[in-house]
Amino acid sequence: MSACFTRLFAIVRKEVQQLRRDRLTFAMIVGIPILQILLFGYAIDTDVRHLRAAVVDQSQTQLSRRLLTDAESTQVVDIVAHADTGEQLQRMLDRGDVDIGILVPHDFERRLAEGTRAAAQLLVNGSDPVLLGSARGLLGMPAPDIRLPPRQDKAVGLFEVRNFYNPERRSAVFVVPGLIGVILTMTLVLFTAVAVVRERERGNLEMLINTPVRGSELMVGKIIPYVVIGLIQVTLILLFGRLLFHVPVNGALHDVYLASVVFIASNLTLGLVISTFSKTQFQAMQMTIFFLLPSILLSGFMFPFDGMPRAAQLLAELLPLTHFVRLIRGVLLRGEALMAMSHELYALLAFVAVALLAATLRFKKRLD
Amino acid sequence: MPRTPPGRPMANDVAIRASGLTRRFGDLVAVDRLELRVPRRTIYGFLGPNGSGKSTTIRMLCGLLTPSAGSVEVLGHRIPQEAEQLKHKIGYMTQRFSLYDDLSVRENLAFMSRIYCLPKRSRSARIDAALDTYNLTAQARQFAGTLSGGQKQRLALAAATLHEPEILFLDEPTSAVDPQTRRDFWETLFNLVDAGTTILVSTHYMDEAERCHRLAILDRGRVVADDEPDALMANLGAHVVEVETDAAQALRQRLKNQAVVLSVTQLGRRLRVLVRPRVHDPEALIQSQMRNAGIAGNARLTHASLEDVFVITTRHVDRTPEVAA
Ligand SMILES: Nc1ncnc2c1ncn2[C@@H]1O[C@H](COP(=O)(O)OP(=O)(O)OP(=O)(O)O)[C@@H](O)[C@H]1O
Ligand SMILES: [Mg+2]
Repeated sequence: MSACFTRLFAIVRKEVQQLRRDRLTFAMIVGIPILQILLFGYAIDTDVRHLRAAVVDQSQTQLSRRLLTDAESTQVVDIVAHADTGEQLQRMLDRGDVDIGILVPHDFERRLAEGTRAAAQLLVNGSDPVLLGSARGLLGMPAPDIRLPPRQDKAVGLFEVRNFYNPERRSAVFVVPGLIGVILTMTLVLFTAVAVVRERERGNLEMLINTPVRGSELMVGKIIPYVVIGLIQVTLILLFGRLLFHVPVNGALHDVYLASVVFIASNLTLGLVISTFSKTQFQAMQMTIFFLLPSILLSGFMFPFDGMPRAAQLLAELLPLTHFVRLIRGVLLRGEALMAMSHELYALLAFVAVALLAATLRFKKRLD
Repeated sequence: MPRTPPGRPMANDVAIRASGLTRRFGDLVAVDRLELRVPRRTIYGFLGPNGSGKSTTIRMLCGLLTPSAGSVEVLGHRIPQEAEQLKHKIGYMTQRFSLYDDLSVRENLAFMSRIYCLPKRSRSARIDAALDTYNLTAQARQFAGTLSGGQKQRLALAAATLHEPEILFLDEPTSAVDPQTRRDFWETLFNLVDAGTTILVSTHYMDEAERCHRLAILDRGRVVADDEPDALMANLGAHVVEVETDAAQALRQRLKNQAVVLSVTQLGRRLRVLVRPRVHDPEALIQSQMRNAGIAGNARLTHASLEDVFVITTRHVDRTPEVAA
């Protein structure tokens, strides 16, 4: 066994030595996360105007009508329907008749005067980042009563948002956790795929397969350095997300890293599988993109998972990114414990096991 | 260097045995029913033109390519089935430089020492010794990619021998190496053989081939000659006539078209003419040709060289249509 670790260590050490000297790869490790987070965080404008809204006005006062007129004048919402009860409103939302529900309670005026509780409720489908981004416009609205001092107290807003597990007011907050997964997929699959294929292209593999090194040692040795790199990337994105967009870490930090390690491993092992199929770095790159696109589109990072057709959902369940997006949003935004979502974690672990096995079995110490 | 005999009973003096070894790539037969028997502690040469199947054969003997047909036994191990057991006992220097360009000379050797699980205590001593043997101490910290051609090949040999293999496969180890370096290189090969190593080396160079204990000439995947170099030259199967003349070019054109002339090679003012053995007096034949053409000069019989052997054995029928006629 000790012999086995010597060879594994030899591969790891060599890989690190090569990485340290490869400036371009190093620049990519740091550059891609930073570039992507700026791009997604700032450039994607998810503000949508004229969302269809339904209203339940249980207060029926002059002040409540002022609130609704103000809301409409922001142009974020068009009030297209009125409902009598909260349940009715919920049904309209569920059916998709409207995008946003506004509920003004009986004691609206008193709540407004006391300022200790939110005065009205905003019902938004929290799984849709586009809607969330737009709701921002309403949350920043001033209270309708000019006699009251403007609210400085951020803790109690004019609106209370229901079914809205993203308590901050920025869509970047919602995007960044998923972005961790996208960036890791984008860089790590390619890194390992290329790391193996490059040896083939440069002729190193012919020398290597003539040594006693085992396929499994080569595979595992190749991915260990990149696990560390993946964790560096996670840290970078978390830091930038925090500094620029106030992305919270509501759950435990070790849960974030644990989920990340398993997800990183699944990307790296996938890269190894790709490397056993490709003869050139170019082929490896193409196969990576072939995998990256559905990951971004189907994982729930871009579009709400629930809104996708059944077939797409089934396909998405096979992609590691789908599970990671759920895990990381749960931990970062909802503050859930990782073990409460253990089935997602097990799905990722299963992916790692299958991919590593496939790569090791497919990797032959032969040239033909 | 302790050399333990192989675990399986086998004629102890044979390191490599191949029979009916064949490899096809699609329609191309790269290696065709090759028979091979390499005695231990010898340098066995593969001589052959480009594409004759030297590299393909070596790869099959190492277990890197699966033969299409035939059987191979190396140090008593059946190949490719038992290739893994063999890895510790063989070293392979690939035709193309296959160490890491972006690692230093020492780092490359250190990598190999770990991959072969050399005992930790002796690793750095072995590396130092290898650097010394192969004259690379001054380049120890230089990146392998920046070495000169000869230095690269010395490094590759150092890496292939670091674990003291019983058999060394060298695929054109001295292409792109100057004659002096080649001489030094071969000196180290003979030292290795003295220490008990068996070496199989492929080459294009006649001077290298001549140093081998035994030689197989390959042509289009087949062994066309297999013997000791001296024997090959002695049994050439052609007369060698050397002609000195001022009109070498004109005479060459004239002789080329003679059915009894197998090959004419010009070397400046001299021509080297290989004549079929059935001609009784080749000198007289060529002299009469010169007289007829009004060319002055003199012809004399001489000894065969290995190059003559190479030319005769790898001479393709389709290149000399007059023979077929
Ligand atoms: N992987 C392969 N796929 C297809 N054809 C191959 C492959 N490897 C070798 N060949 C063909 O097999 C033949 C023998 O090749 P090989 O490399 O063994 O020749 P060689 O004697 O080593 O030549 P050289 O002196 O140029 O190195 C060539 O015609 C070559 O094109
Ligand atoms: Mg070759």
